[in-house]
Order: sequence, then C-alpha cells, then structure tokens
Amino acid sequence: MIYREAGDFHTSYREDNQTFPIRFDRYRYYAVLAIAFVVIPFFINDYWANALLLPFLIYSIAAIGLNILTGYCGQVSLGTGGFMAVGAYACYKLMTAFPEVSMFIHVILAGGITAGVGMLFGLPSLRIKGFYLAVATLAAQFFLVWLFNRVPWFYNYSASGQISAPERTVFGIAVTGPNTESWATYLFCLIFLVASALIARNLTRGTLGRTWMAIRDMDIAAEIIGVNPLRAKLTAFGISSFFVGVSGALFFAVYLGAVEVGEAFGIQKSFLILFMVIIGGLGSIFGSFAGAAFLVLLPVLLKVVGADMLGWPTDIVAHFQLIIVGAMIVLFLVLEPHGLAQLWRVAKEKLRLWPFPH
Amino acid sequence: MKLKLTTLALGALMAAGPAMADLVFPSLSYRTGPYAANGIPFADGYADYFTLLNERDGGIGGVKAKVIECETGYNTEKGVECYESTKGEGSLLYQPLSTGITYQLIPKVTADGIPMHSMGYGRTSAKNGSVFNYIFNYPANYWDGASVAIKYLLSENGDSLEGKKIALVYHNSAYGKEPIRTLEELAKKHGYELILLPVDHPGQEQKSQWLQVRRDRPDYVIMWGWGVMNSVAIQEAVNIRFPMDHFIGIWWSGSENDVIPAGEGADGYKALTFHNVGSDYPLFGDLKTYVLDAGKAAGAGDQVGTALYNRGLYAAMLAAEAAKTAQELSGTKDITPAQMRDGMEALEITEAKMAELGLPNFGPEFKVSCENHGGDGLGAIVQWDAKAKQWNMITDYISPDEDVLQPLIAEDSEAYAKENNITPGCN
Repeated sequence: MIYREAGDFHTSYREDNQTFPIRFDRYRYYAVLAIAFVVIPFFINDYWANALLLPFLIYSIAAIGLNILTGYCGQVSLGTGGFMAVGAYACYKLMTAFPEVSMFIHVILAGGITAGVGMLFGLPSLRIKGFYLAVATLAAQFFLVWLFNRVPWFYNYSASGQISAPERTVFGIAVTGPNTESWATYLFCLIFLVASALIARNLTRGTLGRTWMAIRDMDIAAEIIGVNPLRAKLTAFGISSFFVGVSGALFFAVYLGAVEVGEAFGIQKSFLILFMVIIGGLGSIFGSFAGAAFLVLLPVLLKVVGADMLGWPTDIVAHFQLIIVGAMIVLFLVLEPHGLAQLWRVAKEKLRLWPFPH
Repeated sequence: MKLKLTTLALGALMAAGPAMADLVFPSLSYRTGPYAANGIPFADGYADYFTLLNERDGGIGGVKAKVIECETGYNTEKGVECYESTKGEGSLLYQPLSTGITYQLIPKVTADGIPMHSMGYGRTSAKNGSVFNYIFNYPANYWDGASVAIKYLLSENGDSLEGKKIALVYHNSAYGKEPIRTLEELAKKHGYELILLPVDHPGQEQKSQWLQVRRDRPDYVIMWGWGVMNSVAIQEAVNIRFPMDHFIGIWWSGSENDVIPAGEGADGYKALTFHNVGSDYPLFGDLKTYVLDAGKAAGAGDQVGTALYNRGLYAAMLAAEAAKTAQELSGTKDITPAQMRDGMEALEITEAKMAELGLPNFGPEFKVSCENHGGDGLGAIVQWDAKAKQWNMITDYISPDEDVLQPLIAEDSEAYAKENNITPGCN
C-alpha cells in the first residue's frame, strides 16, 4: 500500500539510479540512520554496546570487505582472519608509536597497511582460481597468524604475547581502553560502518565495480572486452583488505581491548565471515549487514532465551546454539541459496504488488 | 530513562534475575568445546560449594549466595559478553578460569570496580596489588609454578641442573607463554638448557613437537597445557616412551581427565598443585548429605573429589571466606564489590580456619595484603598412580625462588602501570 512507486517520478538519470529509488525505502533509510546516530547513543548501555552492537557493526565492516572480494569479484578468500590480524597489529603499533594522533587516523592507516598486505597476497590470484586460490589465501591466514605469534616486535615484546589497547581518544573523548563510554565506542564504529557501506556501494555501481563483476562472471570474456584482470583483481584485493583491516583494528582496539592472535584471528574467524557473506548474500551490501546480524545476534538471542529466561543448563544451551544455528544455515541455503538479501528483495517485490498480487 | 529501556529490553532477563539481597558470584564456565574436559569439574566444584553453604548454613553470614553460570567456551569474545551480561546483576567477584579472558577483563573490572580472582592463572604480575588494585591471584601463580618445578628438579638432581636439557611444551597463547620468562631467568641461574615447544590451539596435533622431544632427548619435559592438549600430550609422551616421571605438568595439566585416556602408560606422570588431592575430608561428608544426596549437584555430579573439582571447591571456599571477611570489616551483610575487594585484601587463611571449615591440611596458609595479592606461591608435586587411579602428593609444599621472581614481578607491573598511567600505591 505505502510501499509502491506510483506517483514517484524520476526525471533524471541521477534520480533513477539512486540506491533507494522508492520514496518509502528512502525515508526508511533516513529513519534508520537517524535512529542509529541520534536515538541509540542516548539509550545505549554497556551490555548492548559490548555484547551486541559493537560486534555487529564491526563484523558488518568485515563482511562488506569480504563481499567485495568474493561477492563482487568472485575471488574466494579464506584469509580474512589473517587480514583482520594485520589491521589489529598495524593499529596497535601505530597506537603505541604515536599516542597523540587521533584514533580515526590510526584505524584508517591500519586499513591502508592491510590493503597493501592484501594486494601482496592477491598477486597469486592472477594465475590461480577457485579452490586453488582459496588454498593460497588459506596459506596467507596461517602465515600471518604465525608471524604475529613468532616475531616479538609486533607485540612490543610483551611477556604474554598479547596486545592490549591503551587509552586513545578522538577529539578528547576516549574510544579505546577501559574507561570508555559505550555511546562513544558505538558512534565511533558506526561512523566507520556507514562510511564503509557508502564507499562500497558507490564503488560497486561504478566502473570499478563493473570490472569486478565482469571478472566474476567470466574472466576470459571480461579480458576480451578490455577489462584489465591485473587491475581489477588487485583493486578488489586491496579495497576488500582495506575494509577488513579497518574491522580488525576496531575489533581489537575498540571491542575486545586485548587480543591474542591465534584465538581472535584464527581460521574460524575467516570461516565465520565467509559464512556471513554467504548467508547474507553474495554481491549485496545489505547482505553483509544481514549476514553479520544473523551470526552475531542469533547466538546471543538463543543464549538469552535458553539460559536466562528458561533457566536451562548453560552447556545444553551452548549445544543447542550450535545445532540451531547450524540447522538454520543449512535451511537457509537450501531454501534460498542467494542468501538473506534475496529474501529481502523478494519480500520487497511482493510488497510492491500488495495487496493486489495479480 | 536509560534504566527504563534496559528494564524493558531485558525485562524477562531481569525477571529471572536475583533479588537484590543475594551475594552474586558469576561463574564464567565452559562445559563445551575443546577445554570442556577441564572446565566442567572446576565449574561443578565452584557451584557445589556455594550450594552447600546455602543448604547447610543458609548462605554466607545469613545471606544466600547465588552463582550465575555463563558459558564462555574458553573464548574471549563470549567472555566479554558474559562479563557484560552478569556485571549488572551485582556481581561481587569474577573468576574466569582463562588467562586470555583474565587479560581482557583486567582493565574492565578495574574501571568498573569489581574484584577478580585468577587463582593460579592470569597475569602473574597482578601479585603486585599496589598496581593491580582489583586483581588477586593468591595462593600461587605461574611463575611460582615454574620456579617450584625447577626447585623440585634441583632437589632430584643433587642441587645442580648444569648441562641438563629441559623442554617446555606449552599452549601457544598468553597462558602458555607466561612461564617462559621465569624459566629463562632460572636457566641463566642454574645453567640448564631450555627448549621451547609451542602447541597451537586447541592442541590436538602434537606429532611434530614430540618428534622433536624424541630427537633432542631432553632430560625433563615441563608442560603448560589445558583442555584436550593435556591428554594428547600425555598420550604422545607414552607413544615415544618418554619416562613419565621426568614429565611434569603445571597444575592445569594435572587432572584425572588428562591422564586416564593414556591408561597404564601414564603411570608416574607428575604435576604441580597448590592444594591437596582426594576427597578424604570432613567437608565432603557434608557435601554428600546436603548437595549430592539432595540431588542439587551441579552438572552430572560425577566429578566429586577429582583434582579440578577440588580446585573449583577451593576457589569457591576462598571467595566465601573473603566475603565473610568483607562482612566483618564493613559490618554489613549485603556487601558491595568494593567491600568484597577489601575483604579479599584482608583475607588470611590459617590451618585452624581450614580445619574449622572441614578441610584440614587441604591448602597452605597464606595472608593477603595490598603489597602482595598473590600469597606465598607454595606448590607441591603430585604423581599419578594409574592402577589406583589417583593422585598422590609426593612432596611437601615447596616455596618458589623469590629472589628471581620478585624483580620480574616488579618490572612487569611497573611496565603495566606506566602503560596505563597508574600511580602505584596502597591506601
């Protein structure tokens, strides 16, 4: 009824090509942004920030990053955990070397360093494809984790081999360290997420995004029509790693505060983010959000319902969590192989016609 | 308004929450995953002791104790979630049973003003209470453990380890890396050669490490393992016929669940401990009457008397004693986390007190002070008897080499104080 384009005329290409061409959609988007920026910071508490919102925001950035590489450019990567570790360790080294610099700059620089490392490990993608590339990025994952464990310079020679974030500020407000306000960390991550999503959306519908998709759909054909595979693949690796690096830096500095590379950035992290992208929807920015929300919030929801509300033993709840999340992943993939984003698209199509589907 | 939304959002959670009068002891346990074999007995012991206090004495000083369990799976992210979800319930004391989560929580609990007790794990330099106001690690820590192990080996070898080779098989994490610095310092002092063999999480794959043990032929192997890593290491050591009595585990590598899978082969394996073993104490009688037979045991109730169950029990006992001390100091029954902290800092465990609790000869005597949050660091050696399926304590409590440890602790805690702008001081 309200969700329809009747009366919503587009008189220029610009209007026709906007991200949310339907007026209702556009207002909903503005409303979500307004609530996220203006309303939530006033109501947020430590539990909501640290248990739900921060991981959701940070994993969303990582999922956007991997979605660019895997969803848009078709290059399967199992090295996401390793690249997040690069972001985290780069951020740590920068934070400790230049304490007076704003955290914004550190996180962006950490993303830049990760982009460089990602391009380096992306070089083999020019020669190898598919499963073989997945194996090559898996090597990156293991190598990077090993490196950060092995070379004491990366963790400033601390006895435990852990890195822990000292207090750093943005415009005089602490965003890392123990004495942070939850609204500050939340807003800090939210700004990065919104910026990442905007950049990713605009990149993927521009020239660069089209070359990525051409490579994804058929690389030989793309090469024949004049797409440079070297440029397309390396930019995909670089930009994807930039976002992954930013998320790694935030994951360490803002969310956890202290990190041990093998545990926080191990192979299971790579798989987790790959699952987010697959469940959310390959080649969709919204899918990155949906996938991250699904895999971050669902386990917590199950825990709250099972252990806190129903009072079941915690081990039973933990096992149920695995079973239910696993079953839902299988179910989703069987019923909708294109992920939650496709479900959302179908729902929107139906809504456009509702209540007169014929 | 803030409170209102929280109440609305977590309404159901709060409804199931405690009445404010309870003394809340959250238990960040892990009953699933590769570390469950060790996590379950500890969590059971911890919960059962508080159940016993509630059933037998009506709580601590007349106030019921409430244990909120939260599953972490030994995972730091879940640890954070558990911490955030339980701290609003009036939690008095955190015992995360994970060095990784401990490191994570040290700054957080300090900022929130809730004490944390990492008993025999965590950050060793937290012993210096003038820097780590809210962190306690009595009665012993990893560096004590490393030193006690070396002292024991010295006594086995006529007070000289000159030219000996000692291998450290360790969990490649903050936990396993803790003793390296101490062992290196002690190597300088006693002239042994230290071989480092890291095992990556979770530790099911150790063929290459034990191949190296076979090749290098160290005289002794010391292990810092946890979870499934322990039983795999002991099995591998059996496979390469490494002499079991030359293999010493830290106290976290000395539970029944670690040695039983290796069967007869594990006979003679040694481990450290900072409390006694077995269930031959008067307290266990009460435990049977009030908890086990009443069907109120945590978990399956089949872990009673095992090494880690006893440790969980001991941890709960120390927490309850600290709460009692806090009640006496503050003159109020409903203590706050800050009062709990003061109680922990004033805690004194004497043999008379232990006997009164029904645990004579169970643990060493010690006294906590602001300068010393770590007790005396006494440790003893237990040896596994595979036929009888039990641990036997084969030494008295050995005190660690404080000459080596104190400078290291001072150095590390000062570095932490400097990093975090803390002015060390006792009030």
